[in-house]
Amino acid sequence: MKIALGGITSLLAGDGHRDRVVPPTGFTATLTSFTSGAMAFLVVFAMALSFASARLADRWGDALAKSATLRISAPQAEIEIQLAAAMQVLNTTAGVKSATVISQEDQQKLLEPWFGPDVPLDMLPVPVLIDILETEDGFDPDGLRLRLAAEVPAAVLDDHSRWRRPLISAATRLSLLGWVSIILIVGASAAMITLAARAALAANAQVIAVLRLVGAQDTYIAAAFVRRFAARAFVGALVGMVLGAMAVLLLPSSAQQAGILTGLRFQGTDWLWLLVIPLFAAVVAFVATRLAALKVLGELS
Amino acid sequence: MIELENAAYSYGGGELISDMTLSISSGSFYFLTGPSGAGKTTLLKMCYGALVPTAGHVRLFGQDLRDMTRDDIAIARRRVGVVHQDCQFLDHLSVVDNVALPLSVAGQSGLADNANLKELLAWVGLSKRANAYPPELSGGERQRAALARAIIMSPDVILADEPTGNVDWEMSQRLLKLLVELNRMGKTVLIASHDLSLIRAAKSQVQARVLRIYNRRIQLAGADL
Ligand SMILES: Nc1ncnc2c1ncn2[C@@H]1O[C@H](COP(=O)(O)OP(=O)(O)O)[C@@H](O)[C@H]1O
Ligand SMILES: [Mg+2]
Repeated sequence: MKIALGGITSLLAGDGHRDRVVPPTGFTATLTSFTSGAMAFLVVFAMALSFASARLADRWGDALAKSATLRISAPQAEIEIQLAAAMQVLNTTAGVKSATVISQEDQQKLLEPWFGPDVPLDMLPVPVLIDILETEDGFDPDGLRLRLAAEVPAAVLDDHSRWRRPLISAATRLSLLGWVSIILIVGASAAMITLAARAALAANAQVIAVLRLVGAQDTYIAAAFVRRFAARAFVGALVGMVLGAMAVLLLPSSAQQAGILTGLRFQGTDWLWLLVIPLFAAVVAFVATRLAALKVLGELS
Repeated sequence: MIELENAAYSYGGGELISDMTLSISSGSFYFLTGPSGAGKTTLLKMCYGALVPTAGHVRLFGQDLRDMTRDDIAIARRRVGVVHQDCQFLDHLSVVDNVALPLSVAGQSGLADNANLKELLAWVGLSKRANAYPPELSGGERQRAALARAIIMSPDVILADEPTGNVDWEMSQRLLKLLVELNRMGKTVLIASHDLSLIRAAKSQVQARVLRIYNRRIQLAGADL
């Protein structure tokens, strides 16, 4: 770790001569830039996907927590009877944890955003709402509907958030898959850069021989390669990241419609994650090249 | 400072050199001679740790090569100036950068711009070629650049492998003069060469010991040269 940190400080400090001891040309440099760029571009999308699906899972999860609602629309005269019957049914239904009648004040609060604070609730044919909290296993909606139809004909069971449950786990999975993709992309980049570094070392056997002749230690020679590769990876990843970010920006905004396709844009602090990409690419290249170089130099003795 | 004790080297077949015992003493001027293929380059490579003897011992500044890590050897090499047989350079760096390379490698690159470097280039007669690139140099210029690079760290020993291999007589005399001058400054000099006329020319300028590889062994050559 100490060695790696020392390497990074010298990477930042710079040494003109040392940077130039390795000839600048060669396909390995292009390969490293291109790979890092392409990988950074892909990482931007994987991140976008991951953030968007995580957001979706959150939102749907909130909706689900409210669970189901029973709505009773009946003439004022019948409502008390229907309500009592409904409560009776709910309290004897397996999977219902609790059933609470939403008070008039609470209903008022719910309606306020639409109708303003002075809704004359008693004048309006506002239905009675019962908030149902489910147990872990939930209730059987079809069975409950059948019983309600028989005993409380005025009741309508609204459990539309229920169908989202598999979607939430799908969204959570998708978010996880995004991160797995990022890990795979990082692994693939590291492998590619390792290969490129080994090729560069092999192509520069003559340079290495000269450096050794004048007393260069392995760490010096490795650093010359490492700096070059890390710099290439950084620039490549920066370009790839910017292009990826622009592509994501061009996607339609989520303002109009909530959905996985339209919600791919980064939001708020998510953008900051993008800045990590080129830095991380440089670190990956640094570590991969250093390990490859020290290994090759060990074999070349 | 460099000692061989029953050192032998084999590239895989039979031993190329066998049972060599030799102590390079400080301040001396040596020639190492022998026909082409006798093993002069091989012996020199052991003297700067590029090859480890397959039998016996080689000690650099008191340390046995066998006990030295690659880093140890790299550091010891900074005290040995080597003029390689084929004068390898970094072709993408200018002459002055190549000459300063040992400083950079030793972490002293700050000194690379100093007056010593200019003085050194002037001394080997390459001031005008400082910004040229190695492939543009003539044989003699390459040898002088290699010599400048070999001595920039102010080493205790200078090992030169066929320094006059690709140059005309006049240039070989010039190179010899530089090496003799270094010896007068107190440096140990060892020149491997199969060129007997060079050795004869040197004898008038310096007290040289002539070592000869003969029949895989090393021997001190007599007046027969
Ligand atoms: N790396 C090597 N592998 C195998 N044989 C080698 C190697 N280097 C040199 N030799 C052989 O060792 C012998 C001596 O080489 P060298 O030490 O260069 O002799 P000299 O410098 O006296 O001409 C030669 O026959 C050469 O072919
Ligand atoms: Mg030779």
